Amino acid sequence: MSTLIDHRDAPTQAPRTYAAYARPWWQRVVFSREFAVVALLVAALVYSRSQVDYFDGPQTMYYLFRDSASILLLALPMTAIIITGEIDLSVASTVGLTSVAFGMLHADAGLSMTVAALLAIVIGAVCGAFNGFLVAYVGLPSIAVTIGTLALFRGIAAGLLGTESRTDFAESWTDLAKDRILDGQPYPMILIPFVVLAIVFAALLHFSPFGRGVYEIGLNDEAAHFTGVDVARTKAVLFVLSGAVAGFVGIYTTLVTGVARAENSVGLELQVIAAVLLGGVSIFGGRGALHGVIAGVLLIGVIQRAMLLSGETINIINIVIGVLLVLSVMSTSLLAGARHLVAASKGARSSGRTPHSDKTAPASGR
Amino acid sequence: MSDTVSSDLARPSAASPASRVLKDLLRSRELAVAVVLVLLVAVTTLRSDSFLFGATGWRDLLLTPSMLVLLAVGQTAVIITRNVDLSVGSTLGLTAYLTGRLFIDTNLPIVAVVLAGILMGAVLGLVNGALVAFGRVPALVITLGTMYIYRGAFLTWAGSDRINADDMPRGFRDLGTESILGIPVLTIVAVVVLVLVGYYLRTARGGRELYAIGSDPEAAKLYGLPVTRRILCAFVLSGALAGLAGVVSAARFGTVSSSVGSGVELEAVGAAVIGGVAIFGGSGTVFGAALGAFLLVTINRALPVLGISDFWQQAVVGLLIVGAIVLDRVLVRRQERRLIAAREHGPDTPTTPSTPAATGGPRPAPVVPGGGTNAGTSPRPGADSNEEVVR
Repeated sequence: MSTLIDHRDAPTQAPRTYAAYARPWWQRVVFSREFAVVALLVAALVYSRSQVDYFDGPQTMYYLFRDSASILLLALPMTAIIITGEIDLSVASTVGLTSVAFGMLHADAGLSMTVAALLAIVIGAVCGAFNGFLVAYVGLPSIAVTIGTLALFRGIAAGLLGTESRTDFAESWTDLAKDRILDGQPYPMILIPFVVLAIVFAALLHFSPFGRGVYEIGLNDEAAHFTGVDVARTKAVLFVLSGAVAGFVGIYTTLVTGVARAENSVGLELQVIAAVLLGGVSIFGGRGALHGVIAGVLLIGVIQRAMLLSGETINIINIVIGVLLVLSVMSTSLLAGARHLVAASKGARSSGRTPHSDKTAPASGR
Repeated sequence: MSDTVSSDLARPSAASPASRVLKDLLRSRELAVAVVLVLLVAVTTLRSDSFLFGATGWRDLLLTPSMLVLLAVGQTAVIITRNVDLSVGSTLGLTAYLTGRLFIDTNLPIVAVVLAGILMGAVLGLVNGALVAFGRVPALVITLGTMYIYRGAFLTWAGSDRINADDMPRGFRDLGTESILGIPVLTIVAVVVLVLVGYYLRTARGGRELYAIGSDPEAAKLYGLPVTRRILCAFVLSGALAGLAGVVSAARFGTVSSSVGSGVELEAVGAAVIGGVAIFGGSGTVFGAALGAFLLVTINRALPVLGISDFWQQAVVGLLIVGAIVLDRVLVRRQERRLIAAREHGPDTPTTPSTPAATGGPRPAPVVPGGGTNAGTSPRPGADSNEEVVR
């Protein structure tokens, strides 16, 4: 594959081989979007610990993890979906619907907590399958489909419960959701399922043929089809996973807040997407990595906590997050522009064959 | 399928202009949405006379959608260029508050305040447009970011105080309730804007170029269209109309609370999609979007009358959006199949009855006549309808 015979100069020359990578491994690690986000996260942590009062207090990290948990969990499948070039705007509505379903199955239908929880996850998966079917097999644009199901799923939740809520859940379950793994340590219980799921998703995305297919679809879905990737099935599977995880988050949200109601997690989808994009995933698909996304979610969490502790309102925090999001996306094109300039000035002297001409994004719209 | 039908399909210009206009009209999405809207109003009125004929029924029917119509018109202009503007809700909130603030702090005449609101919206739209057009970044992300920023700015500025009815002059609040010849003033404003923008998009060069850009951005660029400037203009228009909608909402409700305009951006996109605007750009009209907005708002008001708890309202809206795009898809598929059939054995080649040499060559391309049927499903939906139709 990576051989090329130069006929002009030396016909007898051995086939030329190319190195697997243009740069050594440490450069590849350090000069990446993910590393920048991780570095920002560390910087924000160090700064907050030294400059913000009470940030190193015993409760801060616990609440940071507990409040970011929903976004952390939802960001896992969302990363994979955005890498394929699709988007899922309906996750927060699925959370609301499964929260209501969980509450009603337990309180109204009298099912045990375990059965209600399992059914809620199944309902979430069905919601995801509905999206997945329309996007992958009918071939509809995911942004339009999931704007529709955003309203639909939330609407079903609101129709089922109205403005009522269900609050009677077993103490042992609600306590479990708020418990710490070790007493005195700032790690809530929810981190255990999160770490398990993160490992599963990382293995799926970065270390499996399925995951390579995901990236390939994002770069060029027709090429992916011709190399034997089942494009439709891959997309459908990801949407089902997204729905199932949203179902799990629905249960978690219900238990942590103690109420099942239709308005749970309204607007969360945009926070999830903002975090995923901040974490270095390209909205055009084909690029991104999970560790960057996790760092992105935590970065937003740290900034939120630190600003809250230093007395800023949530509005200022939202402005900061918005600016960060815009800057992080702009940085890609700014960097590309700078690289282009450098390449152009070099190209005047050398052969004009620049190492990486900027790949234009697939013309998938947004 | 008869031969006459298939020959008409392959060569639309063979039919007389009048019958073509009629066919386009009958097949148009605008008419379909309008029929659904009329049916909805009729059924609801049968249930309860006051929905249409009551003291406030007629007024509310026309007045309530005016805000969403303005937003949907702006949103359509942006979506046609294959972008999206999620920040309109925040822009609306910010300008609504600005309107109130100007009345409290200054003695500007009403006209100046309205213009200030529109200008503010236009500036916010310009920021979006500049970031999208010059930064070469997807609009979805940029406007998601500016949605946070604008709303944060609005809430920081407003703090805990809200604008009450007493803060605004009588003449301004009367705009929200007055009618001319039985039609509310604000509705007239919305309709005038709708007709102006609709006329521009349909006939003016700038308007057609918006469609061209959305149809195939690369081709538009190669063709020499001013892509950056046009996209900038579309965003400024969307921002300015969101600003106008903010002023309208202040006049209509008489108060400005912190929650004004939140979540309305998805309603605006939904209205456009229901009205047949393809989410991947290049097709659809503002009239369809406006009818979609009318339908969405009217459903909200009709459900309680029809005996369905209004908690289900959002579910119905979602179902409508999903239904609309699925319907689009089905229609496009059927049209494609018909065209292929017409091309393969239609008597539409009178000069050269049979040219077997060309068998493998001309791939029948899906042609999509009529404005509102291109669902935009493949990654480059516009590309299909432009290429090799002539062959």
